[in-house]
Amino acid sequence: MLHLDRLILTQGDFRLLADWSAPAGARIAVMGPSGAGKSTLLAAIAGFLAPSAGRILWNGQDLAGVAPGDRPTTILFQDQNLFPHLTVAQNLGLGLRPDLRLTDADRSRIDRALERTGLSGLGPRRPAQLSGGQASRAALARALLRARPILMLDEPFAALGPALRAEMLALVREVADETGALVLMVTHDPADALALGGKTAFIADGTVHPPVDTGRLLADPPAAVAAYLGRRQDPGTFLLHGE
Amino acid sequence: MTAAGRWTVTLLPAGLALGLLLLVLAPLATVAVRGSGMGLGPADWAAIRFTVLQAVLSALLSTVLAVPVARALARRRFPGRGLMITLMGAPFLLPAVVAALGLLAVFGGAGMLNMGLQSVGLPPVSIYGLHGVLLAHVFLNLPLATRMILQGWLSIPAERIRLAQSLGFGPAQTFRHLEVPMLREVLPGVALVILVICLTSFAVVLILGGGPRATTIELAIYQAVRFDFDLARAAGLAGVQVLICALATGLAFLVAAPAGFGTGLDRQAALEAPRGWRRGLDAAVLVLATLFLVASLVAVALRGLPGLTDLPSAVLPAAGRSIAVALVSALVTTATALTLALSAARRPAPLVEAAATLPLATSGLVLGTGLFLIVRPFVSPMQVALPVTVLVNVALTVPFLYRILLPEARALAADYGRLADSLGLHGWPRLRWLILPRLARPLGFGAGIAAALSMGDLGVITLFAGERQATLPLVVQQLTGAYRIEAAASASLILVVLSFALFWAFDAGGRRAAP
Repeated sequence: MLHLDRLILTQGDFRLLADWSAPAGARIAVMGPSGAGKSTLLAAIAGFLAPSAGRILWNGQDLAGVAPGDRPTTILFQDQNLFPHLTVAQNLGLGLRPDLRLTDADRSRIDRALERTGLSGLGPRRPAQLSGGQASRAALARALLRARPILMLDEPFAALGPALRAEMLALVREVADETGALVLMVTHDPADALALGGKTAFIADGTVHPPVDTGRLLADPPAAVAAYLGRRQDPGTFLLHGE
Repeated sequence: MTAAGRWTVTLLPAGLALGLLLLVLAPLATVAVRGSGMGLGPADWAAIRFTVLQAVLSALLSTVLAVPVARALARRRFPGRGLMITLMGAPFLLPAVVAALGLLAVFGGAGMLNMGLQSVGLPPVSIYGLHGVLLAHVFLNLPLATRMILQGWLSIPAERIRLAQSLGFGPAQTFRHLEVPMLREVLPGVALVILVICLTSFAVVLILGGGPRATTIELAIYQAVRFDFDLARAAGLAGVQVLICALATGLAFLVAAPAGFGTGLDRQAALEAPRGWRRGLDAAVLVLATLFLVASLVAVALRGLPGLTDLPSAVLPAAGRSIAVALVSALVTTATALTLALSAARRPAPLVEAAATLPLATSGLVLGTGLFLIVRPFVSPMQVALPVTVLVNVALTVPFLYRILLPEARALAADYGRLADSLGLHGWPRLRWLILPRLARPLGFGAGIAAALSMGDLGVITLFAGERQATLPLVVQQLTGAYRIEAAASASLILVVLSFALFWAFDAGGRRAAP
């Protein structure tokens, strides 16, 4: 279980509060206006930003002082998820062994992960030779190999077109199913939140609100969410569109 | 964080920074103790006056003369322009002792100029003294100034150039409204950088200066140690030198000089190239500058080539020593600068910043005097001549490399730091799989600079070396001092070829290793 225990994050004048928990395997979209602190929340859980108060706990263990690489997390950034000077296979290998001393068993696991994500045979390529969608798939393949219990995605598919995005979201769900990971995905798009399935944690006025069922949230949005969605009334039309 | 992680991230940079500070501060403290209370005699005051005078004049001349050259390069496109800009970077790596010898070969007693004057019945001119020193300093620093000022020209925003063109500015208005404001911003920094370089210039003054009227502080320190064995006086002079250098360096930092080397030369300049007589003027400026820079090197080559088959016996062993010194210096300097830069890129590091800045306020002879005083009670200075040379080279070159590597290390941390952290990439794997491949290019370039500077350096070695510790630049200087110009030219040729070969090997290696 991920527990944000009276967590307070500060960056300059900016303050963000969170006090809730989510069970293993949950799917949570993180939504909110630009600058609300969506990425800040993920950065704190990933270990790039120390809380100024409160705790982040995983299964009861306080993550304070745990280095990012040793946390139970995998994070996909908006871009730069692959090292351009390493091959795709090496980039995946880093998920298994950071020193890249790979065994034959490791290599066949990498091949299987490539296959699983539709990248068969692309292992020897450099990231520059991949399309945007393929690069996202490679990053997800590495998440599959790392199999950490928390998978965080910071708008990783923002640069992809709608069809590709839908494909990627399906893949995220498959990866999460396979690894049993709790998913935290930052997105701007309510359609993405719906497609992820599960809950949505909305951020407004310096607070990350506890996750609530996405369908219900969009059907009957509180004022702040409605303002964000640009909708005062008639949520039904949106849902039709979103489905 | 693991123990190994803490070691590489915190302790190693701090230890290196402290070591570097100690390497600079211990000699300075020794100099201060030994030199305190020493009264300055009239000869010392003359040396101080001459040091400042030649440095100020060298800086002014180099800067002023570089303006038309930079402008011609900025607004003209011609075949070989790129090559010329690249070659402008070369004198920075050219051993100063070779530059002095080259000027001697052109302007010296038996040089081309005086031969010409003689043949038409005119009296010969002497290159020794203030004007010789100025000539050599302009020769060495004009290209550096040109490159820095060219950066200024290329940094004029394209929008402003387009605005000027749409308003129908002629060359005069362009100069007044675009170029003068840029020059006013850039020139003080350029002049100060060259001033700092010339304050500590030693090899040039050793060969072309001397005597009561053309002795700098560096030269006076050398003479006090080597000839008078008056160590207290050397220490006192070193103290004065540090004060002057610290003042000039501080001033240069305040003015924030632009970088001398770097990118941006490829941008399509939108500057209009005026036609008419200005075209001829630009061409003449470029031809004259090229002639000035190339003639003396050609003269060294012409006089040195025949003697290559009959080298003095001291040359080859000295070349071997120089290569060893250069390789060790390059390795240690690059590793140190990389460690410091990575640490400073991670978080603000005042200790690291201080360690990478303080050496700029010293000079080879100042550090040399201090180290001489420190080691002399324990060992014969001759025995440690080469290790001390390496140490001083490292201390004086780390600031350059640190400043080359820091922006690259910052970009690396911004682009891939979090990704590497999230994957648990630490210690050796991080170096092997992330840092070395991503920074191969600047590391190769920096190591090349360190190797070439160390190869050509003639400074601290003059205080320590005997016959059997001489490096190649010292042999060149000794042959020149003995008026064996042909042999000196041959040794110089070898020195120049080795310096540039080392630079090229490291630089090309880095470029090849880069992804």
